[in-house]
Amino acid sequence: MATDILFYVLAALTLIFGALVVANPFSRNPVTSAMFLVLTIISMAGLFVLLNAFFLAAVQVLVYAGAVMVLFLFVIMLLDLKEEERRKIKLTGLVAGVASVGAIVVIFVRSLLAAKPGENLPAPSAIGDTATLGKMLFTNYLLPFEIVSILLLVAMVGVILLSKKDLK
Amino acid sequence: MTHVGLEHYLIVSALLFALGLLGVITRRNLLVMYMSLELMLNSANLALVSFSRFNDNLNGQVMVFFIITVAAAEVAVGLALIVALYRKRQSAHVEDLTSMKY
Repeated sequence: MATDILFYVLAALTLIFGALVVANPFSRNPVTSAMFLVLTIISMAGLFVLLNAFFLAAVQVLVYAGAVMVLFLFVIMLLDLKEEERRKIKLTGLVAGVASVGAIVVIFVRSLLAAKPGENLPAPSAIGDTATLGKMLFTNYLLPFEIVSILLLVAMVGVILLSKKDLK
Repeated sequence: MTHVGLEHYLIVSALLFALGLLGVITRRNLLVMYMSLELMLNSANLALVSFSRFNDNLNGQVMVFFIITVAAAEVAVGLALIVALYRKRQSAHVEDLTSMKY
């Protein structure tokens, strides 16, 4: 089926770009990492489309690939991190990190395969349109929605306070 | 190739989470660590959306909507903290930032 092939392509792209965010053999510049993070997020938005989450795919591109990554790039350029490229990665730390994360992956995958969460599920219908999601946001989830808006206001005030030159 | 189901999406999500964790553990640059953190957050989003799809239940998608909002706020505050820290210490490298008081 076409959607299956699309899934494999998008999943492979997501994982490859994600790996390049973390460990790029050609460059250790944070800007490269940020650019690959943008690509990871966009291919993940493709996966969201395959899962019928159209609204979330759009939000993912707008908020993550747009707003959040612009913020990241601004900060990277503000800080001027040239020194990062000169530092050596400690081999012991690298080996220990890879080993422990590998062990966690084995646990994840084995428990997933043992639990078989995909069994006995109803055949997925074509839900996921934006209208239903919007109705849910403004009825069942009205209070969390309003609280999140206050959270955003608090974060905004906090950021302005934190980035002032002299805290008084 | 078997038919793509819930397990496939969850395995992708688990691998992406592991990549993010690897970044947080091995990279020593605060900004790259922060990007790896975003990767982990995104993998949780993918798991939630795929559960939502295969259980025919939109609650998971609403949860992801809130996670994206909170993540945006978190990124703003975290980056402001990193900038404030950089002003004080002239470094965004975790090995230079080991003492609580300067």
